[in-house]
Amino acid sequence: MLITNIETIPGKNIVKHLGLVQGSTVRSKHVGRDIMAGLKNIFGGELRGYTELLEDARGEALERMKRQARGMGANAVINVRFATSSVAQGAAELFVYGTAVVME
Amino acid sequence: MEILINIGLFLLLMTLGYGFGRRAEKAHFKSLRIREAKHRAVILSMGRHIPPTRANVEARLVTGSVVVSVDYFKRFFAMLRLLIGGRLFSYESLMERARREAILRMKEQAISLGSKEIYNVKLETSTISNGLQNALGTVEVLAYGTAVVEK
Repeated sequence: MLITNIETIPGKNIVKHLGLVQGSTVRSKHVGRDIMAGLKNIFGGELRGYTELLEDARGEALERMKRQARGMGANAVINVRFATSSVAQGAAELFVYGTAVVME
Repeated sequence: MEILINIGLFLLLMTLGYGFGRRAEKAHFKSLRIREAKHRAVILSMGRHIPPTRANVEARLVTGSVVVSVDYFKRFFAMLRLLIGGRLFSYESLMERARREAILRMKEQAISLGSKEIYNVKLETSTISNGLQNALGTVEVLAYGTAVVEK
């Protein structure tokens, strides 16, 4: 499954557009990470736990989008965008969407 | 007595924040400069079109993200700053660090795929907070784009 955030796939022709596919996940942080984050809020710097958490979540959202695309018979997703929104206290939704296509 | 403990704790947190925060920031800027010089060969483009002459390439999505927070000292001064308005220097440097780091991580991923060009680079920022009133001065920056790999 090929994923790009441009409208074309270099070197390949797109033969069919299958429409919008999306994947999302809502995650919240856990207590251990929160305590570490609390410390980091005093000292400043990167919150590695959060970085990993969000990366994992984004991977999961991408995976769901790919699954949907595969189910439609696509072999690539183009024009992919990421979006993040906070849903509730300490929880965030990570959302990925794009256009499923068939390339030759 | 209790007020003394509170003031003592506040001063301790301020000192810790100032000391560690400054050191961490300096170290981070230094590492950013070194890595940016190292990865200068990777070209970023905001353009969405890959020249059609380049047919023999493969495209891959690359991402880089980082979550960074300001220290206690800076947060306190930023809060004071909110009373009079104006530039929040401490948050400016936070945003700069986050963006540069996210871009570098994206570049590193592109390099690991064997690519030297990234097209249609997008940057996205989101704040991480503990509920509505409690903005923490913590931001996440995500950089993503399409890396082009020569086949």
